[in-house]
Amino acid sequence: MNHLKKISILFVFVAIGLLIFVACSDNTAQDPSKFSNAKQVENTYGLTDFELVNGIGPIKQKIDLGPIDPALVKKGQEIFDTKCASCHKLDEKYVGPPQRDVYKRRSPEFILNFMLNPEENYKKHPEAKKLLGEYLTQMPNQNLTIDEAKAMLDYFRKVADEK
Amino acid sequence: MKNISKKNLLSALGILFLIALVYAGCNQSKSSLTGDAASQVYVAPGTYDEFYAFMSGGFSGQLTVYGLPSGRKFKVISVFSQNPETSWGYSEETKGMLNTSYGFAPWDDAHHPQLSMTDGMADGRFVFINGNNTPRIAKIDLKDFETTEIIELPNSGGNHASPFVTENTEYIVASTRFSVPIPQDDVPISSYKENFSGSISFVKLDPGTEKMNVEFQIIVPGFNYDLARAGKGPSKDWAFFTSYNTEQAHTLLEINASRNDKDFVAAVNWKLAEKYLKEGKAKTMPAEYYRNYMDEKTHSAVSEKNTQVKVLYPEDCPGMIYYIPTPKSPHGVDVDPSGEYIVAGGKLASVIPVHSFSKMIKAIEDKQFDGEIDGIPILKYDAVIAGEVQNPGLGPLHTEFDDNGFAYTSAFISSEIVKWKLGTWEVVDRIPAYYSIGHLMIPGGDTKKPFGKYVVALNKITKDRYLPTGPELTHSAQLIDISGDKMKLLLDFPTAGEPHYAQAIRADLIIEKAIKFYRIEDNHHPHSIKGEKESKVVREGNVVRVYMTAMRSHFSPDNIEGVKVGDVVYFHITNLEQDWDVPHGFAIKGMNNSELLIMPGATRTIKWEPKKVGVYPFYCSDFCSALHQEMSGYVRVSPANSNVPLAFSLGK
Repeated sequence: MNHLKKISILFVFVAIGLLIFVACSDNTAQDPSKFSNAKQVENTYGLTDFELVNGIGPIKQKIDLGPIDPALVKKGQEIFDTKCASCHKLDEKYVGPPQRDVYKRRSPEFILNFMLNPEENYKKHPEAKKLLGEYLTQMPNQNLTIDEAKAMLDYFRKVADEK
Repeated sequence: MKNISKKNLLSALGILFLIALVYAGCNQSKSSLTGDAASQVYVAPGTYDEFYAFMSGGFSGQLTVYGLPSGRKFKVISVFSQNPETSWGYSEETKGMLNTSYGFAPWDDAHHPQLSMTDGMADGRFVFINGNNTPRIAKIDLKDFETTEIIELPNSGGNHASPFVTENTEYIVASTRFSVPIPQDDVPISSYKENFSGSISFVKLDPGTEKMNVEFQIIVPGFNYDLARAGKGPSKDWAFFTSYNTEQAHTLLEINASRNDKDFVAAVNWKLAEKYLKEGKAKTMPAEYYRNYMDEKTHSAVSEKNTQVKVLYPEDCPGMIYYIPTPKSPHGVDVDPSGEYIVAGGKLASVIPVHSFSKMIKAIEDKQFDGEIDGIPILKYDAVIAGEVQNPGLGPLHTEFDDNGFAYTSAFISSEIVKWKLGTWEVVDRIPAYYSIGHLMIPGGDTKKPFGKYVVALNKITKDRYLPTGPELTHSAQLIDISGDKMKLLLDFPTAGEPHYAQAIRADLIIEKAIKFYRIEDNHHPHSIKGEKESKVVREGNVVRVYMTAMRSHFSPDNIEGVKVGDVVYFHITNLEQDWDVPHGFAIKGMNNSELLIMPGATRTIKWEPKKVGVYPFYCSDFCSALHQEMSGYVRVSPANSNVPLAFSLGK
């Protein structure tokens, strides 16, 4: 009986927690600390294990990487030169980190999610926060499509092999 | 176990109670203010207004965008006047938009915004506005809220009755408030009656290219054509224009143009005019006028000079135009949602005359004429009139409509809005305006289906409504609730320049189409560069072209040397950002024009002619990031005869 009572009380608490979350879920309710004892949360950052490794964004599962596509490499390089090279060089620290080895440092999914959704990652992701601490400037969102981001990924795969 | 069930039941009840409590708590702020004016105009922080309102900037020459019901100002769209804030008319790309046959015209007087229509309903594609002083019509694209085309009107003076659109925006109409010699000529002013004429212009919007063209003009007697509306529904092939000064006075109009008991509403069958045009009835007249448009690919103005215009004369075109006698210097002319009633605001009249379109057609068929002027038959007043609104207030000007069969007329002299019923012509309500109302506006109030929720009073005099700011006061607009039987004042809000007329449209019709930035891939500006490594400085004689990029938070290049006194420097700056709300600015010490404001994905150019030796700082003038202050650089200016080589760099 005591056991069941405990379960009931726990249930009530969890329910209250969820209720407050649901009922008041305007934009402010996004702060993960507000539901830190809710069950789906698995780490101190309020991120899933997948997100911790692969960033927060539209890529929600591991992707299949085929062979490097030269057409995509070319497209990726064009995008990089136009939209990214103001702040990133391949081999030197600049406004942002050097990019030649990004494919070796990060998972492909992280690279995609960070390009596609920088703002949310800066707010929530420990790796992004670390980058901000080091470079003191946030990477702007250049509104790439997923296909454009994937082309850039092939470009990064290619340049990673070149050195 | 029973015990446990009870406890569970209690828990469940407790949860239900908490649900109620939490929801009530969260919703409290939304519901507790119902019923008072404040709650009706309160748009909570972070939420959107229901309507966009486009309010003319009057003598500012611009167009201002507001939200309704909040009265919050969102944007000043640069149209006819140079605007140093946006570099409109200062940047090399936009200067050409202000070209006219009289040269560069950096100002105008903008009166009447008009939303484009499809089937008699505002469609959210464009808003047009007239330039009254140097006759022009501007087209603003509602994808990016930027002026994309300005066309000059030949044979016109005081382009006031403009720019009102036909039911499907086939035409934008315009006519002369001030008659002039057509074609222009050196004649005595006292020969007004012999030598001066009016013109009614039909500007066609090409359905494919969406560009404007002065398709034809109708040359009419030299009266003052004041306002206009196109018909809709049964009257969709017609457009109506008020006139005053049928006395044809050319001096002291205050007295001399107010003698006649009746002036005219001109009714023009534009479909028939189109047919006459096709049949070759038009004469081609030499005329000089400009059409300027922003090329979509280069984001740069293209100016075209036109040298002729097609004109139709009423005597050659029977049935194309009629005059409807209308009391005492009518000002506004407005067509009700059904398209049957044509309401004229006789500003010196003691009644509001309402003409009937169907009676007009019958009167034309039955030849109920009372003479003619220059080939224009004058219809008999009694054969066309549907009714007169008695005691409508002093100085009735303009009328808009709701969706319940009521009309709302502004009365300038008695400073009020008068609500009356179509069909019975009875006045049912009135509300004072503070002060001296000119136009009034109901969202969709000129369309087939008005949104009869609010009327906005656009007032000429402000006096004591706001904190005093010296002799010059902002003009005041007032939002009035018209959803009930009695009109109810909700809100005063200040406006920019002088709001003559305004139009409003449901926000969702525009939000979906509004773009957030220009795609850099689509930027075909001849001096754009697609990435920082293309940035460079090039000398062509004494012209120095700086191909610069802007990206949070630096320009490339940011150190430039080898510029000399006497050089003409063009900064071609491409904003490489591809994100919403990240324009960059550019300003360099001593510039004699304006800052440059560059939208994400766009290229803009500002000219700089350094006159003194020295090192000149430049910087980003629109806050862009945490390191915005660092977004700066230097240009070294050497003497005219110096040998300092041209050099540019970043981070070296």
